[in-house]
Formats: sequence, structure tokens, C-alpha cells
Amino acid sequence: MNIVVPAPAKSALRPDLAAIADMIPQGAKVLDIGCGDGQLLEHLVHTREVDGCGLELSQQNVNQCVARGLSVVHGDADTDLGEYPSGIFDTVILSQTIQATRQPRVVLHELLRIGRHVIVSFPNFGHWRVRLGLLVSGRMPVTRTLGHSWDDTPNIHLCTIADFLSLVNGAGGRIERAVALTGNGRSRRIAANGWGANLLAESAIFLLTER
Amino acid sequence: MTDAQPRFLRPLKAPAENPGRTLSFGPEQPLVLDSGKRLSPIIIAYMTYGRLNAARSNAILVCHALSGDQFAASTHPVTGKPGWWDYAVGPGKAIDTDRFFVICANVIGGCMGTTGPASIDPETGQTFGLGFPLVTIRDMVRAQLMLIDALGIEQLLSVIGGSMGGMQALQWAASYPERVYSAMPIATAARHSAQNIAFHEVGRQAIMADPNWRGGDYALSGIHPSKGLAVARMAAHITYLSEAALQRKFGRQLHDRNALSFGFDADFQIESYLRHQGMTFVDRFDANSYLYITRAMDYFDLAADYGGVLAEAFRGSNTRFCIVSFTSDWLFPTIENKRIAHALNAAGANVSFVEIESDRGHDAFLLDEPELFGTMTGFLGAAAAARNIR
Repeated sequence: MNIVVPAPAKSALRPDLAAIADMIPQGAKVLDIGCGDGQLLEHLVHTREVDGCGLELSQQNVNQCVARGLSVVHGDADTDLGEYPSGIFDTVILSQTIQATRQPRVVLHELLRIGRHVIVSFPNFGHWRVRLGLLVSGRMPVTRTLGHSWDDTPNIHLCTIADFLSLVNGAGGRIERAVALTGNGRSRRIAANGWGANLLAESAIFLLTER
Repeated sequence: MTDAQPRFLRPLKAPAENPGRTLSFGPEQPLVLDSGKRLSPIIIAYMTYGRLNAARSNAILVCHALSGDQFAASTHPVTGKPGWWDYAVGPGKAIDTDRFFVICANVIGGCMGTTGPASIDPETGQTFGLGFPLVTIRDMVRAQLMLIDALGIEQLLSVIGGSMGGMQALQWAASYPERVYSAMPIATAARHSAQNIAFHEVGRQAIMADPNWRGGDYALSGIHPSKGLAVARMAAHITYLSEAALQRKFGRQLHDRNALSFGFDADFQIESYLRHQGMTFVDRFDANSYLYITRAMDYFDLAADYGGVLAEAFRGSNTRFCIVSFTSDWLFPTIENKRIAHALNAAGANVSFVEIESDRGHDAFLLDEPELFGTMTGFLGAAAAARNIR
């Protein structure tokens, strides 16, 4: 695994989104799954001239995106990826969403099928604060990146970086780049086996291809 | 409708005394129809708004629905009312005529100046009536293509329409993808459902049951089957609204009275409203045209022309799409519109899909719906920017 320290964000884009943007080549055909209000997509269209589409669960967000001139459809990562042809996108982005899908393994398979490159970011449940929180309080951790209490969280499939590495391996994916982010946007040099990142990163971004 | 009896006995008006602009296509340019028949000569009546730029790149074709016509954004010559899409088309509006050159043509089979069943059959010298060949949505689009060619427009910036207009937008994108930079089908479907065919059949039977219809040859008598057409319009109009909107607007309120009349007068406001809708419609619409155009919609099944797979209609398309539906539209419900969006995804096309919250039913696309206009502005703005249109 080739751990990369992200360059400081050049724009007002959220640090994790800026790190994702850095992985996308100029003019690529991109699908942003769970594109929210379209902040990343708009940035990519304007700064990297991508041919960008979005898939978003909230109809209100979809309507806002389209009114901003973005191409976005209302849809669900769990059910709607099957309709896309194989290899149709240069890059498929799943940002802070995989932990909220019903079938992360199936979703990852679909991502690798429809995109030549896949970017997945997620909150790291292996972070020391999460581990310490559970150890000390004996209750489900609530942290800066995981702000929901257990009974109202959309995050039904939280995982650690180590869990994700094993998922990628099982899904036939290959990791091209991996970026570990701390909550305040800083990053540290981390051992290539991911053990250190699993303890110290609040979230992680992976650039994958099919093996 | 007893109070309106004299109105219905009025002789049929010559269709489209003031059709706006017209283009004629002679025998050297016949319209070859899906039925295999050839229609020639033909006239296409249309209106334009705004100015075509030097690059001829800012043209938008607006396609009208079943009961619409070319008067999208100008006063209707028969009713004197504002254009049917006055909310959306005009200077500074979502389809901005300060920026875009907007074309709207009466469909083939229509009755506002384009060749249709009320036109004269050159072979007989008489009104076509049921001698007019059946036309399809694709035939309508073929006729529009002749117009666009004649206007010297290589590529339309967008084809936009709601309901039957949305069917035309889909057909344009499927038949002539290189001529359509973007398409905005609104409140529509890639095929007419059994329920929709059923409603149309009720309307057609109402017209045919009118003794004045005379097997379609009412032009000879000069008496229009207005009662039948009015009933068809009344039934159809219910399908354009929603239960919630009817309840909100009319409820059980009485019309011009304080108590029930214990008779069959229009006691309720909703009855009076529907009668008014029926009565005013017959002033501007030809009964045979209503038969032909409803039939064209019934026959529409875009996937059927592509081996039953809708995505194949759009395979390899570079057209940008924006599909729009309304939550309370039960005539062309969200699911039908979403089916189009799914097919476009499967074809790898560039697509947006927007569902707009509204309780106004199918008619919402014709009304003041700011979210629709926001969607249009964003979608057309992005298309214009990509085509370097200021």
C-alpha cells in the first residue's frame, strides 16, 4: 500500500473532498455517488473539466444540484448501480457513504465494475478515540466524525481501515493510493500495513482499481 | 350543459384563421408516415420567440401537449388568452427568449394550421375527416425535423416538452441524437399505459357518440360534434388534476346557490368548472384532431422500436437529458419518468432526474412551479455554457 500525504487544500473545499479531487484526472468521466448538495461535483466540473454525474438519495439535494447546472439523478447506491454499464466511468466516487449502505460488499463490487477507478472514503471506526470511548464508557462511541448516537445513526455498517482492506482484497480490488486524514485536516506518516493509520486516522480515502 | 346549447350548434369555425407563421412542403417533400402512407403537400404552422444567433446554436424546440398548439408564449388567436407556457417561456423567464430562439410548431394531425384531419384532402377536394392517415409521435417529430431543416438549424440546443411534448422530446433524442444537444422531457412516459389508453378511449367514444360527429364527416354539415368533444375534454381534464387539488380548490362548495337544487343543474362548483373547461375547449379544438392525436399517444412505445429495451433507444447518445416529474401526477407518474432515467443511465447517457413536490397533478408542468423553472434555468444554463451561448 502506497500511503500518500495529501497536499494542503487549495480551495474552501472540505479537506477530505479536496483530497478526493486530487485523485481525479482532468476531463475524466466521473460518477459521484451520494453527491449531496453537489459541492465536490461542481468543483470537479469547474476546476478539472470532468464530465460529471451524481447519484443522490435526497430528492431535495438532487433538485438543488440540477438547478446549479449539475447532472444528478435521484437514486440509491444499494439498488441503482446495477443499471450502469460496465466500465462506463473513468472514476466512481463513494464519499462517506459506504458505511450507510445495506450491502457494502455488493456495492464495492458494483463500483469496481462500472468504474475503471474507484474512490471510497469512510470514517475509521478503528480510530483510537472510538476504541478508547468504548473501552472507558462501555457505550457506543460518539465522536467528531461519528456524531450520531447508536439508535439514530444512518451508519449501519461502520468499519475500520483494517476491515476495509480485507473487503477490498475479497472484492478483487487493488489499492493504488491511500490517504489517511485526521480530524483537523492534518496527516501523519503511517506504516504501509495500515496498522498505524487504523489507530490514528479519523477517516480514510482509497483509490482502487480492479485487480 | 343545457345553458350552453346554442353555443354547441354554432357552425364549425375554419381552423386556425390566424396560425402565426407557416411553411409549406410540396410534392417533392412528402411526409412518409409510420403507417407507410405518404402525406403531401403539408403545411406546418409554427411560432418563434427570440432571435436565432449567428452560429444558429441557440434554438430550442418546445413541443406542445395533446390540447396545446404553437402559441406557447403569445396570445392565443381564438381564445385571446396568454400562451399555454407563458409561465416558462419569455424574456427573462426559465426558457429565456432574450437568450434563446424558441420554436413551437403545431403537430401534424393538429388543428391550428398544421395539416390535419380538418385540412382539405387534395385528392377529393373535401375535408380529410377520417380519410386522414393515422399519425404517430414519430411522424410528428419527422414533420418537426422538416421545419428545423427548413429553418437551417443543424443542432437544437434543447428539445423541451411536457406530457405528449415529452414523448416528442424522447423521440427526437432517439431518432436524431446528433440534432439534439439536450432534451428535457417533463411529466411524460416512454410508453402510454393501459390506464392512459383507457381514458383516451373514453374521450374518443364520447366524440363518436355525438350524432353531429357523422362518422367524422361533420365538416359537410358545418355542425361540430361539440358536445362529444366537450365531454371528452371534461373527462380528460379530471386526469390532469389531483384529488388533493380538486378538494382544495372546490371541495363540495355549491355553485351560485345556497342549497342543493334537487335536479341535474351544476350544483357543485367542480361541475360548473368542468362544464366551462369543456365548453371553452370546443371553441379552439377540432374533434377529429382529438381522435388522431390521442391515438398517436396511445401508439407511443419507444422501447418497442428498439427490441423492447428502452436503453437501446439512447445507446451511444451524447445528448444531455433532464427528466422531470411531479409527485401528484397520476397520469404520468414519477415511476414512468424514472423508468426513462434508469434507461438513460443504462445507456451511459448524461442524465438528471428531478421530482418536484406539487399537489397540482399532471397540469403542474403548465403552472407557476418555481422549482420547475429553477431546474430549467440550471439545466439550460449548463447546456448554453457548454455550447458557448451567452
